Amino acid sequence: MFGALYVLHQDFWFWRSANPLVFGFIPVGLFYHACYTIVVALVLWMLVRQAWPSELEERLGDEETGRGGDRRVAQSPSLPIASSGEGRAR
Amino acid sequence: MIPALFVFAYLGVVLYIGIFAFRRSAHREEAEDYFLANRSLGPYVFLLSLFGTNMTAFAILGSSGHAFNNGIVTFGLMASSSALIIPLSLFLIGTRVWALGKKYGFITPVQMFRDRWECSHIGTVIFVVQAAFLVPYIIIGVMGGGTALSAISGGRVPYWFGAALVAMVVMGYVFFGGMRGTAWVNTFQTSLFLCFGAIALIVIGAGMGGFHQSAEALLASPATAPLLTRERISPLFFFSYTFIPLSSIAFPHITIFCLTARKMNQFKKTVVLYPFCMLALWLPCVFLGVMANRATDVPKIQEKIEARRVLAVEGPKLTPDERDALREKMVGDDVLLLLLERYAPVWLAGLLGAGIMAAVMASDSQILALSTMFTEDVFAFYGGKKRFGEGAQVHTGRLFIILITIVAYAVALRAPQNIFDLAVQYAFSGYAALSPLLVAALFWKRSTKWGALATTVWAALSVGAVALFQYVVPAPAPGPPVVTWSIAGVEVLSRTPGGTAVFGLMPVVPMTIVSALLIVAVSLITARPSSPTLARYFSVVED
Repeated sequence: MFGALYVLHQDFWFWRSANPLVFGFIPVGLFYHACYTIVVALVLWMLVRQAWPSELEERLGDEETGRGGDRRVAQSPSLPIASSGEGRAR
Repeated sequence: MIPALFVFAYLGVVLYIGIFAFRRSAHREEAEDYFLANRSLGPYVFLLSLFGTNMTAFAILGSSGHAFNNGIVTFGLMASSSALIIPLSLFLIGTRVWALGKKYGFITPVQMFRDRWECSHIGTVIFVVQAAFLVPYIIIGVMGGGTALSAISGGRVPYWFGAALVAMVVMGYVFFGGMRGTAWVNTFQTSLFLCFGAIALIVIGAGMGGFHQSAEALLASPATAPLLTRERISPLFFFSYTFIPLSSIAFPHITIFCLTARKMNQFKKTVVLYPFCMLALWLPCVFLGVMANRATDVPKIQEKIEARRVLAVEGPKLTPDERDALREKMVGDDVLLLLLERYAPVWLAGLLGAGIMAAVMASDSQILALSTMFTEDVFAFYGGKKRFGEGAQVHTGRLFIILITIVAYAVALRAPQNIFDLAVQYAFSGYAALSPLLVAALFWKRSTKWGALATTVWAALSVGAVALFQYVVPAPAPGPPVVTWSIAGVEVLSRTPGGTAVFGLMPVVPMTIVSALLIVAVSLITARPSSPTLARYFSVVED
């Protein structure tokens, strides 16, 4: 689907043509890309409805406090200043 | 001067929003509250603020200026491609970054990279490269503020004062409000400049006596008819440009912004409505930019058209300096302001001027992101937070905001703008080349810190190489490019009037492809992160 949308973006068929002027003043190439943008929004709407990765949120369980969960941050391994063991990922 | 008064009032409002956000904050000394608004943004603030963060001054002024000289191709080149790729990258990458940030408490992308690839100093290298690509934006934001305020006031407000005022206001609300203030201001600004497009279209259209005659007249003239088609851009260039929106999700201020949503569902509206926002803002600006070619009764516009004509006809006979002078003269970034000055009543020009300022002042998110990255990836990581506490970390962030604003203002007063315009142009390619980092970190278990390092170093070196090449080889006159390297008749490297071409493509294409290949190749020959780390990551991202 998105491959097709990508190909449709490369609309070489209107490359050198301004006519017809849609509504009397919008060149057809510009009108095409305006319509294309609307079609993209519709496809994205379908994507959100059909393939939303809700499992990512479900795995967070009750961590919806907006405070970064239990802040088990990942202070990264081998902190140059922190003492050994501290800052290691979990 | 009346339009400038509207702008001053507008600046007062955004400053107040920032201070109001500061007052609303219940956890002022907490880093997560200051830098991420406590991960609490709702769906509409998230959408409008994210969109506003992505739109720089270029969205209004630059898009109409580009369309003025290149025609309707500007919309397909920059708007409709972004309308596809940016929401898709938010769907695929943004949601995963959000989930990991929520679970492990990440505030910056470098924190995630350090943890995901079990590295420390390589994370610092990534921070340095990201920061280096981001600084020109902040400088160009200050410059844009000075230029726009000076233009809106008809030259009565000097550039140095306008730049200082805009820098102070932005610094003020970022300093006080942090991410919450920045998000609220961005929401207000985005609402304003989304209305701007439609109003400007109606007012200027009425002033020009409707667009019907203007479009017919442009089509009838051999000099302007190509502006209503895409003849001025090659299909290869057009294809190449679709790589540029990959940079969006790799910009640290966008990645960081993904962490501010209260729930993952907040992404849904953003993904679906983002293309409509692009349409509402870009379509009127691009169309008006093209139509400005008919406003020949505006002397400054006529001068630009004449400079473009001279460059096209006599370009090959001129010296590089003369060509550069003509290019500077034909830049159309102010055509929308000139059209408003010509066709809009004074009070409306003032309101619309405020809308333009809203877009120009988009450097707030970059300033906050740089401050967040410095305090989290350098100050906290190298022991500052442990020694001095979280409160000191937030104060350091605020101090950094003041310092970066002062430096940006000092540079904006002395350096010529075109240098930073170019730097911003390179930065887009650089961030696009960094986008494989996020993809590899989130989707490919086998990726390693050495692969990440190779990609980061490549992105920095290739951006530097393109900048050096364009500095050494002057831009030719409009027409065929100057081929500097060819193999068996195939043009490998060329200097084009607008930049550089590699095999006829924009440099961003080979930069991004090589970047992706590097992270794959180097990762395959180096040791992967430990199993516990992979288990943590891929238990969130996949089973």
